Amino acid sequence: MGTDNQEIVLLDEKGRRLDGRLPGELRPIKIMAGVLHRADGSAYVEWGKNKVLAAVYGPREVHPRHLQNPQRAIVQCRYNMAAFSVQDRKRPGPDRRSIEISKVLSEALESVVLVERFPRTTIDVYLEVLQADAGTRCAALTAASVALADAGIPMRDLIPACAVGKVGGKVVLDLFKEEDNLGEADMPIAIIPRTGELVLLQMDGKMTPEEVKEGLKMAYDACKTIYELQKKALMEKYMVRTEELLDKETLQSAVERTEIPSEKTELLEEGAPEEAEAPEEEAPLGEEAEEVAEETAEEEVPETELLEMGEEFMEG
Amino acid sequence: MHYNVISELTREYIFRLAEKGKRRDGRVLDQFRDITVETGVIGTAEGSARVRLGNTEVVVGIKMQPGEPYPDSPDKGVMTTNLELIPMASPFIEPGPPGAEAIEMARVIDRGIRESGALPLEDLVITPGEKVWVLFIDIHVLDYDGNLFDAGTIGAVKALETAVVPAETYGLGENHPLKLREIPISTTFVKLGKAIAVDPTAEEESVARSRLTVTTDLDGNIRAMQKGIGGGFSLKEVEECIEKSIRFGRQLRSLLWEIERAGKEE
Repeated sequence: MGTDNQEIVLLDEKGRRLDGRLPGELRPIKIMAGVLHRADGSAYVEWGKNKVLAAVYGPREVHPRHLQNPQRAIVQCRYNMAAFSVQDRKRPGPDRRSIEISKVLSEALESVVLVERFPRTTIDVYLEVLQADAGTRCAALTAASVALADAGIPMRDLIPACAVGKVGGKVVLDLFKEEDNLGEADMPIAIIPRTGELVLLQMDGKMTPEEVKEGLKMAYDACKTIYELQKKALMEKYMVRTEELLDKETLQSAVERTEIPSEKTELLEEGAPEEAEAPEEEAPLGEEAEEVAEETAEEEVPETELLEMGEEFMEG
Repeated sequence: MHYNVISELTREYIFRLAEKGKRRDGRVLDQFRDITVETGVIGTAEGSARVRLGNTEVVVGIKMQPGEPYPDSPDKGVMTTNLELIPMASPFIEPGPPGAEAIEMARVIDRGIRESGALPLEDLVITPGEKVWVLFIDIHVLDYDGNLFDAGTIGAVKALETAVVPAETYGLGENHPLKLREIPISTTFVKLGKAIAVDPTAEEESVARSRLTVTTDLDGNIRAMQKGIGGGFSLKEVEECIEKSIRFGRQLRSLLWEIERAGKEE
């Protein structure tokens, strides 16, 4: 970084970048919740060519014990790059870079998890970068809060993250590998959308204060887009059963199921007038739907509940 | 960090004071502690500096030796920054390999120096593709009372500035001074309650809700930033910190680099 490379034009005369994006354009992002079986919660993010998995375990006992906090839970991230995730094989195991990233990501997540609810425990967040193309810490953090929500861990909000930087003299969003290598600056950020607080902010390179301001604004807006994708990913996982119910075939079979037990119908025929039959038949369906809705509510923590929890937290 | 255990009462007291614009050591929020810098304190190092920032004290030593460049950057030297939190420095530091805190601090200090272009790695080449200088910046913390980011950066820059390349020792020509091209200065802020204070003490660091370090260059550009600890900063707070860091950078440069010059003339 910092070296100008004249051979490669990072921004063409139309303001298009090497990969054809405009300065304020994100790479395509795909988020999936609940992709692993053993973990308490998980998420997968594809962000351009980045592929990142997040898994959450906990709240569970802390080892070693001296790390315990009697007042609250600790959040321990482990950001790790697979040996095959980069062009030249990365030596496996934690290096100084990944230790630092793990630390800043843990701190960002601690700001949203209601850690006071789980004293003396740890919430472990494992982040594996399977394929890297710059911006992996942002992709990892984005996946992390979805995985935490998937694990049913109460939070004030999700945390979307995104990087901005300076390339070819211009502030651009979401740098990919070539831009990261040849660009002038890189600034990853993450926010709590509900409060607008910055919970991750790093920067290296060279930018004027005005450019930093412009970049922050750009990344803020991008974070809001990513926030919607995070919520969508959770909805997609937890809304399925309700949709199944709305599906005609399932509805039909549900109706059939309720018709089969003959004892009930006989009882009804004896005791109640005929009109009562129809609503009675629908009732179990309604109950089931409610149950499903409750289940989803519990696991997914819809926004209203989140808001309440947040308020409680703020007051407390 | 687990380096300080502080009661809830003290925390509340520090926050209340800060919200009134005051601090326990009598400073106002926008005030650095006294800084003194001595250079050339270690004879065996190529360059060295001892920095006292209030009760914080660090010694920075530069060591250089010829070595091979990284295969992906044959025309660049190698620079490594390491920060050691030794048990001598605080009752809350345990011996052992550097933990996440020390690594983070070393990397933030390194980034400020590297990204500001203070020492272009091209300057460290002996034979392109074959032999380069491998330079180590070792920051030894002797007395830990907070804000190692800023003390460490000042120490590293001062030590680099006074370093002499040991070419004769390795039969590579005459010894010559390293040339510094920039003076990066970092400024660290912490959030105490709703107030933001600069240059935190260890006590303030351990009660702080969040921390932000901004490194600026001579022209007032931003060269590195790092947010730390659990809490967050609003956009407005970040912008304020950036503005202040540019101002503090100027003040510190004129203070420390004038002292240096005055010292040389005597």
